[in-house]
Amino acid sequence: MKLTLKIWRQANTEDQGRFISYSVDDVSSDSSFLEMLDLLNEQLVAKGEEPVAFDHDCREGICGMCSLRINGLAHGPERATTVCQLHMRSFQDGDTITIEPWRAAPFPVVKDLVVDRSSFDAIIQSGGFITARTGSAQDANSILVPKCDADTAMDAAACIGCGACVAACKNASAMLFVAAKAAHLNTLPQGQAEKDRRVLKMVSTMDEAGFGNCTNYGECEAVCPKEISLDFIAKLNRDYGKASIKAFLSGSDE
Amino acid sequence: MKLDPNIPEGPLPQKWDNHKFDIKLVNPANRRKYNIIVVGSGLAGGAAAATLGELGYNVSCFCYQDSPRRAHSIAAQGGINAAKNYQNDGDSIYRLFYDTIKGGDFRSREANVYRLAQLSVNIIDQCAAQGVPFAREYGGLLANRSFGGAQVSRTFYARGQTGQQLLLGAYSALSRQIGLGQVKMYNRHEMLDLVLIDGHAKGIITRNLVTGEISKHTADAVILATGGFGNAFFLSTNAQGCNVTAAYRAYKRGAGFANPCFTQIHPTCIPQHGDQQSKLTLMSESLRNDGRVWVPKRKEDCPKDPRDIPEGDRDYYLERKYPSFGNLAPRDISSRSAKEVCDEGRGVGPGTRGVYLDFSDAIKRLGRHVIEERYGNLFDMYESITGENAYERPMRIYPALHYTMGGLWVDYNLMSNIPGLFVLGEANFSDHGANRLGASALMQGLADGYFVISHTVANYLAEVGAGSYDPADTAFAQTEAQVRNQIDHLLSIKGARSPRSFHQELGKILWEHCGMARSKESLKTALELIPALRKEFWEDVRVVGQAKDFNQELERAGRVADFLEFAEMMCHDALDRDESCGAHFRTEHQTEEGEAKRNDKKYAYVAVWEYQGEDQPPKLHKEPLSYEEVDFATRSYK
Amino acid sequence: MAITGLIMVGFVLFHMLGNLQMFQGPDAINTYAHFLKTLPPAVMWGGRLFLLAAAGVHVATAISLTRENCKACPTDPGVKERVQATLSSKTMALSGSILLFFIVFHILHFTTHTIFPVYKTFMTDLDGQQVYDVYSMVIYGFSNAWIATFYIIAMGLLCMHLSHGVSSMFQSLGLRNNYWRKTFDIFAALYGWVIFIGFVSNPAAVLLSEYTSLNIFPVQDVLLRLS
Repeated sequence: MKLTLKIWRQANTEDQGRFISYSVDDVSSDSSFLEMLDLLNEQLVAKGEEPVAFDHDCREGICGMCSLRINGLAHGPERATTVCQLHMRSFQDGDTITIEPWRAAPFPVVKDLVVDRSSFDAIIQSGGFITARTGSAQDANSILVPKCDADTAMDAAACIGCGACVAACKNASAMLFVAAKAAHLNTLPQGQAEKDRRVLKMVSTMDEAGFGNCTNYGECEAVCPKEISLDFIAKLNRDYGKASIKAFLSGSDE
Repeated sequence: MKLDPNIPEGPLPQKWDNHKFDIKLVNPANRRKYNIIVVGSGLAGGAAAATLGELGYNVSCFCYQDSPRRAHSIAAQGGINAAKNYQNDGDSIYRLFYDTIKGGDFRSREANVYRLAQLSVNIIDQCAAQGVPFAREYGGLLANRSFGGAQVSRTFYARGQTGQQLLLGAYSALSRQIGLGQVKMYNRHEMLDLVLIDGHAKGIITRNLVTGEISKHTADAVILATGGFGNAFFLSTNAQGCNVTAAYRAYKRGAGFANPCFTQIHPTCIPQHGDQQSKLTLMSESLRNDGRVWVPKRKEDCPKDPRDIPEGDRDYYLERKYPSFGNLAPRDISSRSAKEVCDEGRGVGPGTRGVYLDFSDAIKRLGRHVIEERYGNLFDMYESITGENAYERPMRIYPALHYTMGGLWVDYNLMSNIPGLFVLGEANFSDHGANRLGASALMQGLADGYFVISHTVANYLAEVGAGSYDPADTAFAQTEAQVRNQIDHLLSIKGARSPRSFHQELGKILWEHCGMARSKESLKTALELIPALRKEFWEDVRVVGQAKDFNQELERAGRVADFLEFAEMMCHDALDRDESCGAHFRTEHQTEEGEAKRNDKKYAYVAVWEYQGEDQPPKLHKEPLSYEEVDFATRSYK
Repeated sequence: MAITGLIMVGFVLFHMLGNLQMFQGPDAINTYAHFLKTLPPAVMWGGRLFLLAAAGVHVATAISLTRENCKACPTDPGVKERVQATLSSKTMALSGSILLFFIVFHILHFTTHTIFPVYKTFMTDLDGQQVYDVYSMVIYGFSNAWIATFYIIAMGLLCMHLSHGVSSMFQSLGLRNNYWRKTFDIFAALYGWVIFIGFVSNPAAVLLSEYTSLNIFPVQDVLLRLS
């Protein structure tokens, strides 16, 4: 395959950034999208040009590191697929492909296609956990978790934290991420003790980080490589509502 | 080099308890006076950083990814073993211990393995309490499945994402400590050297991968949890960033490197598609619970649609050769059997390096929905990579490099021969011997991180006392200067070949000559090819970009430089080990049926390599393996 | 947004049902209008202020959310495609802004009679009492094709605004789940259409009576009588 790539190049966070066109030949249709970028980078290095920086690691769709907007869509045209699992057979010979980083104020561009997603970590640090000190746990089977709850928790926990939801949202809202993270723990009996505190803290950290608001477009769900459902946002709203009322009535935010 | 394994006295089951009582403690009020560095944020590193933070130590944790949640432990699919015996099928700590020792082909340290089996039960409790969404039965109890090489159902799992879920558990505990200020997290930082003061590990030199800034970090103890070195082979199931640099630079500073030739090949990976391939994708071995492995009996049938090949013309070779274990035969045996049938010309798919893994019987027996429930995500993944629907036609699989049992040498306390340098998880060598059983890597990483290091690091810290080093020691500046020099050197060569092309070539050499089967000749060839390639690297590598910038080429160049040296040590080790054991298969040593032939008289030792300087062959030291509890037995999976 | 939206969602339904009394003849709608006008002032003004406050908060929240969202999403020089966002969801701000303008117009038109002060003189006799002749007012008002068309377009926008807004409301209040999702979305769309048809029936009927042979309302009579 021969392709024309319009790639966003940006030297660093302060740089303005611009699209630059490249052409790349001899791409195998069996190779993955990132392997196609490897090929381009090898060609650039051979010419002594700086290769395109992009984030990637496991290349099997689970680490959540890869983060490209391809032809306007986070993670490209295939549903339920990360960029690393996107294969060139999804494109035609001669195609022009536009490749950009995630764009959202809380995800500043580091270089070219690489963005800084540490705001996600900050959200988890503020409350996305169950406090269970090492060594303090009881026998695992003493906590019964109904299968349906375990399945729901697992559906939510499948989130890989890639940030596609934010990238696809017109408002750069992180609600789907936060909702998935909160729902995973809030659904389980182990997570009940900290449930209210968790949602209040996570939502307020999310707001402080500068993410936009959820206006229920549903684009996040459409691009999510793990198909996290919008229902978890409804659950987050519900849990947040209850927690806020309780906090208001008790005069405490803990 | 002094190699004292420090195995505690007493009968095997009591060793760990005795040891915990005998070793020194650090008073809770004093813990904040100690700084600890943890390099790596996977299951071992993340769990260690979280646990040490909880205990009150000041912890700095480093990872090369943009978030600690992305460490490659995340990719483990199948599950985690624990001797809970929840299924009442005869499991016990002793059985898990014995299976692990036997699976490791009697090349692991007995006391360490027993402790691992003991701690396995605590891990499940800990993870369940953290909210890891393990699979459950309708009654709410934990579900189990059986996994490669085991005759009991002791594997706990979370759909096909056990690794991710366990890592998220450790990451959430770590995040809590970061939020509390107990752990300082350094994302996108790579450790480039270890700093020794008076022979003790007292700090590291790192490069900030975003700004290129080189900086020193000081601590009372350094913990490496930097994973394995599978990427020396270029194509492996490891993440792109996995590398040997941290471990290798520690080795160059005097840490012993143990059994580097023990590299595991995973039997169920998706076959390679061509030269542009950057990595191989593993599919959980759990697939072998329900899938049947076969190839056509006749070469002529190979290009045919597998569905058109009648039952009588198929060779279910694992079931034929190993009737009692069948498709669940251990990883090395199934991998090698796949290689054999492909070498016979009976391989299938493009490149004819592949065998079928067929689910049609299981779908008939259990119904498609059950298979979907169990392996849905794996089938989807297979389809997205190959474009084939495995519900309708058999999957194609082929072995790929997956895990490395070897690693830095550690004693019972997980401390290397450099005092103050601890090594956890895949980066150390101790628990899996010559071959790791399925669902045991997650177990080891978490056992080391949650339950072992918290006790053993205290012993060292209490011994040396707080403020055990001078932060102004010249060793820091010297080591930092060496790191800077290497980076400047790499950038100054300005040759013609990319670091990636060297990596690819090295991978081919290793896979060909030090892969699934090795021989004296092949290893000797490798030992000629690798130094030549390394020489060419240092003369002709082209690293574009700047040192003080986000520069992925420079990152790769540094890692490839270390792989190029490391690979040679690996081949030396493989050559020295003139026997077949576990994943290390020397073609000279096999039974008539092609099984590995161990030589316990000569090789029941841990081969520990000591760095001797540039272009010098490493020096071999031996830690003899003595078994108090178990007898050497020949593995038989017939 | 959800709670203020819910208040207005309820209000438009009652408003629409009230309007349908046009089809029961002059007395029905005039009685209803008179009933509303003569409510105790506390109730009437309370209600009005309550609705006004709901609308005010709804608009203020919308503005503040939009500003925050603009900040979170700086100018995007690239391409951005949509997969499943509906037209109504993408145009909430536009439809909302036009509706705000419409509501102001509507109040000035029929409530305060500011636009056409002549409406103040439309009186009729109801059980011996002189009351506003709302029936004629509506027919007179919608006999102007421009105004009627504006009302119809505004109601179309209201329909879109509701079909996303109502389903969104279930989501924001955390009432939606996988099982009920489809039902709620269908309900929201249906609700939008019912409101649309109900409201549009009046101007549409007036226009049809005026320009076709259909004779739903006595448009010519009313126009003659009032001129």
